[in-house]
Amino acid sequence: MKTFLLLFSLSSTILFFTVQKNKPLKESIADGEMIYNDFCLQCHLPNGKGVEGAFPALAQADFLFKNIDRSIASLKYGTQEPIIINGIEYNGLMVDQGLEDQEVADVMNYILNSWGNSHPHMITFERVQSIKPND
Amino acid sequence: MEYLLSSIGLLFCPLVLLYCQDRPDNPPFIESPKEVDYGYQVVVDSLEIPWGMDFISENELLITEKKGELIYAVDGQKTQISGLPFVYQRGQGGLLDVALHPDYRNNKVIYFVTATNTENDDQGGNTALYSAVLNLEDFRLDDLTLLYKATPNTKRPHHWGSRIIFDDQGYLYFAVGDRGQRDITPQDLTTDGGKIYRLHLDGSIPQDNPFVGQPSVKEAIFSYGHRNPQGMFFHNEKKEIWLHEHGPRGGDEINISRKGLNYGWPVISYGINYSGTIFTDKTHQEGMEQPFYYWTPSIGPSGMAISTSDIYPDWKGNIFVGSLTFSYLERLVIENNQVVKREKVLDEIGRVRNVKQSPEGYLFVGVENLGIIKIIPSHENLSTSL
Repeated sequence: MKTFLLLFSLSSTILFFTVQKNKPLKESIADGEMIYNDFCLQCHLPNGKGVEGAFPALAQADFLFKNIDRSIASLKYGTQEPIIINGIEYNGLMVDQGLEDQEVADVMNYILNSWGNSHPHMITFERVQSIKPND
Repeated sequence: MEYLLSSIGLLFCPLVLLYCQDRPDNPPFIESPKEVDYGYQVVVDSLEIPWGMDFISENELLITEKKGELIYAVDGQKTQISGLPFVYQRGQGGLLDVALHPDYRNNKVIYFVTATNTENDDQGGNTALYSAVLNLEDFRLDDLTLLYKATPNTKRPHHWGSRIIFDDQGYLYFAVGDRGQRDITPQDLTTDGGKIYRLHLDGSIPQDNPFVGQPSVKEAIFSYGHRNPQGMFFHNEKKEIWLHEHGPRGGDEINISRKGLNYGWPVISYGINYSGTIFTDKTHQEGMEQPFYYWTPSIGPSGMAISTSDIYPDWKGNIFVGSLTFSYLERLVIENNQVVKREKVLDEIGRVRNVKQSPEGYLFVGVENLGIIKIIPSHENLSTSL
């Protein structure tokens, strides 16, 4: 029982600090909007619709929601893989923009909750941090 | 304007009709060639963003990849050179231009500009100029020397410049963009950014620089009021420093940088905000230079060279500029100190990052996601024709 209590209090402490460490979703989305405007908007456009065949759409993009970890990896490390988004093939190069892990989380939260997109689970700093190039 | 096609503005114009006040297209308008009597050959392949290059000889190139690689390529075979300082990747920043010392043959000295942070302050970065001795026996840089570091650091991803050129008087020139701080840096001589700088080849500040001796100024400044120059060359015939700079939406400019002059950004401009809103209604003001030419719509200019050889008979004296936005190399014909014709060369080749004339007089072009290509007149043998 003692062990249980110890473990319980330990894990709730860890949980508490983990939750504390992540900013609220609303704040993350707001910070993500600034990142989006500085780093993404020129290609993916203010409405997230991109340019067909050149810069992929982010608004209501099937690929994005099915491949969240891969999308995070693309943001962290860049990507050159051909992809199909909403039935259209893209073969361009997106280079690593040098975003910090928290900034990747923020901009993902903004993208996943803008232009009609909605995603119930917040992207956390830890999730971004854990993603390796081949994810 | 760096990435986006201002012509795309047309797509969302109806949505923001009230704000859509792009200035009219500036003539002469871009033309396609009536006859194409040239082709190209890929001389170095598999490059992502070949930001800068210089020629050790006709078939030996030094190339920078923005992501932080310095590459020595001989007959297309690439070897990476070690010994670079920390290259800060942030938006448009990374490893930028590279140039051989005018006396490279004897001293093996090279210069390069990079986004970096030398202060370890976790505040982002700014543009820096380095020199080093290129050791091609061990493929590494020796005697790495920081010659100039723009301050303060910022995490803004925009507008680092830069190109490195030399005149015939022993001066080196390079650029730092406004670092995404339009209303702070370009008109303030006490801070870096939005400037053309002039140094001696050892990095010291020439005592005849225009602002030397004035309190608190950055004495390396040669001219100011620039936005984001990514193309420069020394016009040997006219003895002038030619450059171009990205405008916002509309208003990319060609300027001739002259000692101590103010080129007006952002007080005067032929562009508007990316969002379609206006930040200045002025295109002229006393004490500020008019551009030699401006592009509206923006072409996203990068790299700039003049053709001085007889290899391309009709192109002698023409200016060549890469277009990131429209994926071609632009040829500008100048007569009576005016741009009288603009033509697409290598249409749809990809985002053109750089252009330079080789020692033998060929035009070499750095294309993103492709490599370095060489333009070859049709009467010579071609591996790839257009």
